Amino acid sequence: MAEEKKYKYSIIVPTYNERLNIALIVYLIFKHLRDVDFEIIVVDDGSPDGTQEIVKQLQHLYGEDRILLRARAKKLGLGTAYIHGLKHATGDFVVIMDADLSHHPKYLPSFIKKQLETNASIVTGTRYVKGGGVHGWNLMRKLTSRGANVLAQTLLWPGVSDLTGSFRLYKKSVLEDVISSCVSKGYVFQMEMIVRATRKGYHIEEVPITFVDRVFGTSKLGGSEIVEYLKGLVYLLLTT
Amino acid sequence: MKHVVKILSLVAAVSAFWITLLQAAIVPQSFTWLLPIYFVVSLGCYGLLMVGIGIMQFPTCPQEAVLLNHDIAEAKDFLSTNGIDIGTY
Repeated sequence: MAEEKKYKYSIIVPTYNERLNIALIVYLIFKHLRDVDFEIIVVDDGSPDGTQEIVKQLQHLYGEDRILLRARAKKLGLGTAYIHGLKHATGDFVVIMDADLSHHPKYLPSFIKKQLETNASIVTGTRYVKGGGVHGWNLMRKLTSRGANVLAQTLLWPGVSDLTGSFRLYKKSVLEDVISSCVSKGYVFQMEMIVRATRKGYHIEEVPITFVDRVFGTSKLGGSEIVEYLKGLVYLLLTT
Repeated sequence: MKHVVKILSLVAAVSAFWITLLQAAIVPQSFTWLLPIYFVVSLGCYGLLMVGIGIMQFPTCPQEAVLLNHDIAEAKDFLSTNGIDIGTY
């Protein structure tokens, strides 16, 4: 009888002022990954609201081997947060997710299952297929999202339906490879990661996820964001 | 091969086809001259159509907000009974 290999999953959660959300998300991860070997790596950028104190309390409750606090002095950006977290990851796979509960840990088992079934290098969550969805977006937001998506699909042929999503599972070596060649910031960084992975020929699978936007009103999409996005698209068009 | 090279080769191939059509004059030249414009306009219309369809079929999940609130209440309950001081939010 073949020995079933047990894999370990490193979950990297970058935080900034997520004092309450980090505790909620840790509880939910433990709730939904009961029989899984995992570690949570919190990369906190010097939050002034006491996020790190809460993480230390959580370490007390759940164990310092399950929750790693790898903080940084100040806000240094998402890409470098992943790189920093990756240095401390001891899993075979790495999951990246947001700390604000827009990504629900209940989908983690489906990411893991999909990867085991298909041996994919990357499993990315998509909000735009049946079974997935978004709550909390008004018509204008949906319009810009759709328009951006159609434009990106036409220009880049990215091979995934949700380019800017940041709820993903990577084989650790694949993440290390892809992240080393990415230079963008913000959500263009997420796009660059998945486009570069497609260009490198990595096997990418998708799972539907639901996304509840709780910061409606504060994450406005203004003119400057649209310009940044278009610049990002052109950059990706020319360099990938 | 860089993606932009793939796109440019496609553009080159289509342009070559268009020029051949112009020279061979199987189709009236006045029509052939307008083909690129027809193509760009159709592409634009196709794009708008895809955006429109996408918005109509945009998957929403209002029940997820409800479920999330339940999860948050459950989590807060557990955390406060286990001594995690999450404060008043």
